[in-house]
Amino acid sequence: MKRNIFFMLVIFGLILIVSSCAGASVDKPDKKTQNSTSNESGADKILEQTGLEQFAGLEGTIDIAGGTAHITVMEKAAERIMKANSKIKITITGGGSGVGVQKVGEELVQIGNTGRSLSDEEIEKYGLKSFPFCVDGVTACVHPDNSVSELTSKQLQDIFAGIITNWKDVGGNDASINLYGRDEASGTRSTFWKKALNKGDVAEKVNIVASNGAMRTSVSNDPNAIGYVGIGHLDSTIKSIILDGVEPSQEKAKTGEYPVTRFLFMNTKGEPDGLVKAFIDYIQSDYCHDIIESCGYIPL
Amino acid sequence: MANTSKDRHLSEKVLKNIFKIAASVSILAIFAILVFLLYFASPVFSLKGLQEVFSWHWQPFQGEYGILPVIVGSICLSVLATVIAFPIGISVSAFIYNLAPGLLARIVNAVIHFMTSIPTIVYAFVSAMVLPSLIRDFFKYGSGFSLLAATIMLVILILPTIVLLINATWIGYRKSISLTCAALGIIPEQEVFGVVLPISRKNLKIAFVLGFARAAGDTMIALMLTGNAPQVPHTVLDSIRALTAHIALVVAVDSTSAAYHSVFACGLILLLTTALMSIGVGYLNQRQDKGVDIA
Repeated sequence: MKRNIFFMLVIFGLILIVSSCAGASVDKPDKKTQNSTSNESGADKILEQTGLEQFAGLEGTIDIAGGTAHITVMEKAAERIMKANSKIKITITGGGSGVGVQKVGEELVQIGNTGRSLSDEEIEKYGLKSFPFCVDGVTACVHPDNSVSELTSKQLQDIFAGIITNWKDVGGNDASINLYGRDEASGTRSTFWKKALNKGDVAEKVNIVASNGAMRTSVSNDPNAIGYVGIGHLDSTIKSIILDGVEPSQEKAKTGEYPVTRFLFMNTKGEPDGLVKAFIDYIQSDYCHDIIESCGYIPL
Repeated sequence: MANTSKDRHLSEKVLKNIFKIAASVSILAIFAILVFLLYFASPVFSLKGLQEVFSWHWQPFQGEYGILPVIVGSICLSVLATVIAFPIGISVSAFIYNLAPGLLARIVNAVIHFMTSIPTIVYAFVSAMVLPSLIRDFFKYGSGFSLLAATIMLVILILPTIVLLINATWIGYRKSISLTCAALGIIPEQEVFGVVLPISRKNLKIAFVLGFARAAGDTMIALMLTGNAPQVPHTVLDSIRALTAHIALVVAVDSTSAAYHSVFACGLILLLTTALMSIGVGYLNQRQDKGVDIA
């Protein structure tokens, strides 16, 4: 009996702790949304200025899944659209480019995002149609404390092939190089492999992480790391590598001076119509350029 | 009187049938999963497919889809974790059984119970922030995402499972054994290690097997701490990839590619391992029933 009471007390205590944590974390976003809605109360103004008039009179749901690089752009656009027309509901999930293809192909979602162009098999199997909307660069990245900040493509290829294994061989400290890469479904990985590594061998000892965010965390925690991320994901916790004398930036990616780039695509099964078409048109329109730029990508 | 007994009879019948249906649904579900897995993995079961999947290199971009390094990695990880967790589990059980003062035993017991309910993603997420950099700084080797890091967390994960299973058996013995031992003047340490431990040998095997199955089946810890490099490890500081993490990483690829099919082969291997483990446990249980009976 005593034992039971003790257990109940422990469990009760835990429930209290958990629920208070949950309560605390729920509070914050509430306030935030309140603030932002009160700030942007002039919905008519938005309608006039931002090309949202094409959504007037439309209603329904769009489900979007796939590439993780797309999510920020999709979310910001969806927020604008749903604010302008409350009868439209847009849901956005990730999963990676492969998941995007599969879900839109099986008609589980209306738009499947990919960070790579579709393979011929995929187009043939599902009858998909692709809509590019921005350019993203992919860059090699290292820990900010690393003294190496410039590499040639040959050096980069040798590093990822496991031929160069020490930072001192490329002008850095005497420390072994820890390689980080992305999973097989990643559009970032296929871009980096094709255009930076020139489809060269990749060592099997590469540590695999599952997202751009996880890559940033891993590299920023490991002084001897080298990995790769979308340029839009660069921040002060990691340092990008100057490749063959060209500093990776979205401007140089746009002009083609920095070659390791890719398009981000939305894909639909067959020709889109109605709400889905309106959404794709909106993302591809000039009205979305500010969103795309604020996410770190280059509009087309 | 006759009426109520008839009612009871009826309700018993209804209940029995409900249980029967529930049991058959779950059995059917398992068989359906097995059949679908076999169906989806079927492209692998040709001579060429088998050669492709059971080879030593995973380089999907170069057309190599070998999962043998992943199988080896999984075995190393789960065996190492179980072999380390098991003796610790026995010690903790002994501590709770009669070696610790009452209150402390209860606290340890409560903590162990609580540990069973922590989702592995919590373990994985927190330890991924801390453990690899500690290992990297301490050993000055590799990235720290390694067999060692994952093993440490898996030991913590499966320890409560092992302890709870052992304890459940031992508590059952306690009433009949403690008094006898006290009467014979046997000290608590001797009681645990000399009497209780030997007679519960078969339940220990079950605890070992279930602990192993849990270690082999866990995904998040393997995914976030091993580094996921599909290679055969030479030391515990090397990065490995486990079967479960492999599925999680590869399942999102182009579903028409050959890499995708290897996922089903991995699933099949995991399911068969777990099934064999369960059959093994069932077999041990049966022998237990016929075996030693202490009363």
